[in-house]
Amino acid sequence: MSLSNAAHSVVEPSARTRRIAGSLVALYAIITMIPLIWIVLTSFKSPDDAISYPPKILFTPSLEGYCNLFTTRSRQTPEFIRTLGPPQGLCDSIARDRNMVIAGPSNYVPRFVNSLIIAFGSTVLAVALGTLSAYGFSRFRVPLKDDLLFFILSTRMMPPIAVAIPIYLMYRTLGLSDTRLGMILLYTSVNVSLAVWLLKGFIDEVPREYEEAAMIDGYTRFQAFVKVVLPQATTGIAATAIFCLIFAWNEYAFAVLLTSGNAQTAPPFIPIIIGEGGQDWPAVAAGTTFFLVPIVVFTVLLRKHLLRGITFGAVRK
Amino acid sequence: MNDLSASPQITYQAVLARPGVVRRIRGLSDRSLAWLFITPTIVLLLAINIFPLGWTIYLSFTNYRANRANAPTKWLGTDWYQSILTDPDVWAAMQVTAHFVIWTVIIETVLGFGLAFLIDKKFRGHGLWTTIILLPMMLSPAVVGNFWTFLYQPQIGLFNYVVAFLTGRDASSFQMLGDVTLSPWAIIIVDAWMWTPYVMLICLAGLRSIPDYIYEAAEVDRASKWRQFWSITLPMALPFIMLAVLFRGIENFKMFDMVNLLTGGGPGSTTEVASITLKRAAFESWRTGYSSAFAIILFVTVFGLANIYVKALNRVKSR
Repeated sequence: MSLSNAAHSVVEPSARTRRIAGSLVALYAIITMIPLIWIVLTSFKSPDDAISYPPKILFTPSLEGYCNLFTTRSRQTPEFIRTLGPPQGLCDSIARDRNMVIAGPSNYVPRFVNSLIIAFGSTVLAVALGTLSAYGFSRFRVPLKDDLLFFILSTRMMPPIAVAIPIYLMYRTLGLSDTRLGMILLYTSVNVSLAVWLLKGFIDEVPREYEEAAMIDGYTRFQAFVKVVLPQATTGIAATAIFCLIFAWNEYAFAVLLTSGNAQTAPPFIPIIIGEGGQDWPAVAAGTTFFLVPIVVFTVLLRKHLLRGITFGAVRK
Repeated sequence: MNDLSASPQITYQAVLARPGVVRRIRGLSDRSLAWLFITPTIVLLLAINIFPLGWTIYLSFTNYRANRANAPTKWLGTDWYQSILTDPDVWAAMQVTAHFVIWTVIIETVLGFGLAFLIDKKFRGHGLWTTIILLPMMLSPAVVGNFWTFLYQPQIGLFNYVVAFLTGRDASSFQMLGDVTLSPWAIIIVDAWMWTPYVMLICLAGLRSIPDYIYEAAEVDRASKWRQFWSITLPMALPFIMLAVLFRGIENFKMFDMVNLLTGGGPGSTTEVASITLKRAAFESWRTGYSSAFAIILFVTVFGLANIYVKALNRVKSR
């Protein structure tokens, strides 16, 4: 509807309606953001500020949470600390104020790296397999097509714990327990169903005439797929990849049951960050903040395709 | 074959005449290419989903225990299934799951549809606010669940402070996660916080699919806004609402990560949803046969729901 039309239309909401709707939505958005803002604020608090009552909104920012996230520390006597040289870096001096010395790096970085490797590895595989199958389902007459597509979707419907029992036994037999490869294969198998369904929708939207024209010009079917269809479907492939990435990044159930040290990702690790005398909330908040930032960026990038992604391509805008 | 592909003109003629013939003689035929493209996915799913599923079915008829792999395995027939379906603990878990699923779906649908309805008024800046509202559903449920335990702390938590501030009660007088009546609601609140945007997004698509001319016609007929809402908006958005309800229903039926971190099923077993019962049986008491049978029962239930979902999905699509 054009702008000049809108002013006269009977279905356009009045200015007052819009104002009320806008305020209510803004109110909801602000309330819904409070927990997230609180996570970020807590990550910059000192441990004492984090657990003070009433909760502090104004506080002196501290990087202690981030220091504690990336290091392990050991308690020492003040006499011993005095014998050491000047503190090396900010974290060292924060630790020494609490009569501690930095003992070494924490496990957060390795877990974060595992998350990155497993998420990217499984995404690349799932999108590659998904693109091929989606093209196959989109363009060719495949026997039992609907049954195969439903089968692919149904694998996503299984409760993860139900799948985890035999996977645990199978991986133990194959030596894949607690390995990155095992987790990559597992996440690929979960993500491939989403990838096939989403990409089939995106490839369906690429007009067949383009390939037919290319084949008339002498391309083989495969060349037409690579040189004509893939470039046309780039946006869809990128959106699908981000969805796969987010799933693998956020996944917890398989990770907590099937990994322990080597291949553990960040989600099972963050809740077990503990300091002296219970959970070290600023460090947990720092770990959470770090972990959530990429997702926030991806959500903003994906906002136009979100609807498709969450409904397996069933609803398109 | 080389002659044909070297000469576009002839190919063109041939394509016009019989498209199938030319495609087939160039390199791989379409049929073999189709199978070449589809097989890897199917093989992966067979290896990592179907084979394990078959193994689970087998184990569900035996007394196998994963922590005593070398003990002789005995065939038990359908004993586990009978004991699960008559086990009061399992029914308790099913009730907890049903309570969780029903309330989250109701709250998320009402809030989500309401929000979508407001956003559809296209006020200034609705795109920005929508993106902000969508954030929670993209986050890791485990990490979110873990952080909500901090917000729910009776002495120091923000949630308790806000409730105390609004109601005048003492912030340490109630424990969202430690109280048998409050903890089922604690997990529902977090789930609603996370997934209301999901329902909102699908409902918004439904509302936007309603063409303006229907409302214009209703205005001409002098139908009240109230009447328009019940006779046009709601019925036309209904398939989308149903889709959202089914998606949330299936997802929350399987709910594990968020609840595991918030309450771990406790206190007692008041928030022990089916997946947590299953995890306890499989990975804590190592009753592999029993938990396999339970897994199959859950899977059959979800599969039934999935079937309904696909039917609804097709109905939405065919509109």
